[in-house]
Amino acid sequence: MNVDVRPPIQTERTKRVRPAIVDCDIHPRTRSPADLKPYMSQRWWDYLQTYGARRRHGYTKGTPYPKAQPGEASRRDAWPPSGGLPGCDLDFMREQHLDAYGITHGIMNPLGLTGQGDQNREFSAALTSAVNDWQVAAWCEPEPRLKASIVVPYEDGEAARAEINKRAGNKNYAQVMLLSRTAEALGRPRYWPIYEGAVEHDLVVGIHVFGYSGWPISNSGWPSFYIEEMTEHETACSALVTSMILEGVFERYPTLKVAMIESGFAWLPPLGWRLDKHWKRLKDEVPHLRKAPSEYIREHFWISTQPMEEPEKPDHLIDVMGWIGWDRIMFASDYPHWDFDDPFMALPPSLDEERRRDIFAGNAQKLYGLA
Amino acid sequence: MTGTESQSWTAIDCDVHPRVPNMRALHPYLDEYWREQVIDRGIDTLESIAYPPNAPISARPDWRDAKGEAGLDIAQMQTHALDRWGTSAAICNCLFGVQMVYNEDMAAAFARAMNDWLAKEWLDRDPRLRGSIVIPLQNVEYAVDEIERCAKDKRFVQILVLCMGELPLGRRQYWPIYAAAERHGLPLGIHAGSSYHHPVTSLGWPNFYLEDYLSQSQGFQSQVASLICEGVFVKYPKLKVVLIESGVTWAPGFLWRLAKFWRGVRFEVPWVKVSPLETFRENFRLTIQPLDAPETGDTIARVIDHLRSDDILLYSSDYPHWQFDGDAVISPAIPDRLRRKIQVDNPLATYSRLSEEAP
Repeated sequence: MNVDVRPPIQTERTKRVRPAIVDCDIHPRTRSPADLKPYMSQRWWDYLQTYGARRRHGYTKGTPYPKAQPGEASRRDAWPPSGGLPGCDLDFMREQHLDAYGITHGIMNPLGLTGQGDQNREFSAALTSAVNDWQVAAWCEPEPRLKASIVVPYEDGEAARAEINKRAGNKNYAQVMLLSRTAEALGRPRYWPIYEGAVEHDLVVGIHVFGYSGWPISNSGWPSFYIEEMTEHETACSALVTSMILEGVFERYPTLKVAMIESGFAWLPPLGWRLDKHWKRLKDEVPHLRKAPSEYIREHFWISTQPMEEPEKPDHLIDVMGWIGWDRIMFASDYPHWDFDDPFMALPPSLDEERRRDIFAGNAQKLYGLA
Repeated sequence: MTGTESQSWTAIDCDVHPRVPNMRALHPYLDEYWREQVIDRGIDTLESIAYPPNAPISARPDWRDAKGEAGLDIAQMQTHALDRWGTSAAICNCLFGVQMVYNEDMAAAFARAMNDWLAKEWLDRDPRLRGSIVIPLQNVEYAVDEIERCAKDKRFVQILVLCMGELPLGRRQYWPIYAAAERHGLPLGIHAGSSYHHPVTSLGWPNFYLEDYLSQSQGFQSQVASLICEGVFVKYPKLKVVLIESGVTWAPGFLWRLAKFWRGVRFEVPWVKVSPLETFRENFRLTIQPLDAPETGDTIARVIDHLRSDDILLYSSDYPHWQFDGDAVISPAIPDRLRRKIQVDNPLATYSRLSEEAP
């Protein structure tokens, strides 16, 4: 991961199959915040210049746990020759990623300066909206393989709903995008307008890890290291999946589809078992649930692969994938981040061809309606 | 431990819960100042919302007395658990909420009183019972003092903390506790529960009690990551950590994730020289109740296979919490070849003090 340049690895095994690939997690970046200016009012552009983004942590720039690589955790070989941060240059992204791997569709999940979760509610709404305009103009229109995600000011459910309404019907948007570390767990009623908008317009809700809830990232307070922050993303995802199920979100919105992005996935079956086990004992507290919690997981959740857990015996991961369901697993690379998963190398070698095809493309094509 | 010695053991129950009924029960074990404080300030109980007494999970229906109480009476524990399952030793973990107290002097006084109460009211009355030392984690010096005080009594076989506290347990300020633990051959037992000094999820306070209970396994994951990443086992390689009432099935997936990230960012924790998977197998143990997996089919056997060790699981009933029905302390889904290991060999290998005083 720290190499300067690495062409896609081609071995006999990786050459064996060149399936169509839908990459469910690509991170586009602006060359500079000025890229967003055309889509912002003078008031909010001035606000951005004066006060900047204020997330629920203390740093004006950078992150509370410094990442593993410069350029907001980028691959060393992904810096575009034209300058700017990795992920900001469409031509270079085509050359290094889309063309090199034969990506047929890539779903973009913008991170960084997007306005999601900003402390200032109105600024959050203004900036997310600008990012949605920018994704389509700068990426989808010149490169139809790329699909945008509707970023929303999620802490204000009604404003988020309005943003979804504004974008719905434009086929460049593949989903509504939330971050995992929200101020409250995502099952809470304050977020229901988002789900209402998603189901009304038949949009997937993609939940990408990260964000800043303002609460310590462990339930025992703040750990010391970035490696702990990385592992803790999963605990937040466990809490939010639990919350969405127990609050009755899927009883209220039975057609809602949720994709978990960059969360890993080996945690999901044990979470379902644990939910079922204790729900049986404590179900009188949640009488609105009409079936076992794991059934809601099976029906409503999809997962993307990266960062894929790596057992000592690769076949153990196949057990886990089977428990999740072969129709629910979608490939994601996380390009251009340092922990990128190479499509030619990432999946367990003993996986059969049909399942590889489903994971690489079929499942995502079906979920997102990609032809 | 020789084979002959271990054969005299039948089953070692690593998690039973005597319950402190109220603060009045501790009055005889408090000094004059604290006795006056609890009376004058109306401190009647430290009972934790982690186990609301009437919640179904807090006590199995057939183990509740006429008033609906459970865990208060040693004769009942003997009938329901110790005699019934042929227990040769049972480790008592008291969950009265000393960990929730903010005043560190008060916490130290309550911990002392509870440990003395446990020794007198329970350990003295049944030679099969062993104790866990409840420590006032609010002040590390006090915590070490309490370990030193109780360690003289060989019936105390581990140190007990809750899975959610003020700071992750690997933090260096806690290390004198681990030095004392290693010195005295006391495992660190981390039990489900919270000091409630932080919300039980990293997304704030949940709506339902069910979310609270479920979040425990997330807390255990954080503690495992913290203890390993901070380097606790580099400094204290003999320290054993027992995760009690933690659930089991989350462990393999979590460890794969942690081990993968360690390979990616080990420059951040250069003192961690071996994979977290290996450290986990060497230094961590898990009690078997609650067994959070479908008890039919081969799921449990496969999860145990994923752990790649037969030494990790420890027998526990979690009495009187309601985790299973009938006498199925060991789920039938656990492979037979592991029964003896789980019931006797693994606990004996974990709790060195147990064999110092064979029954």
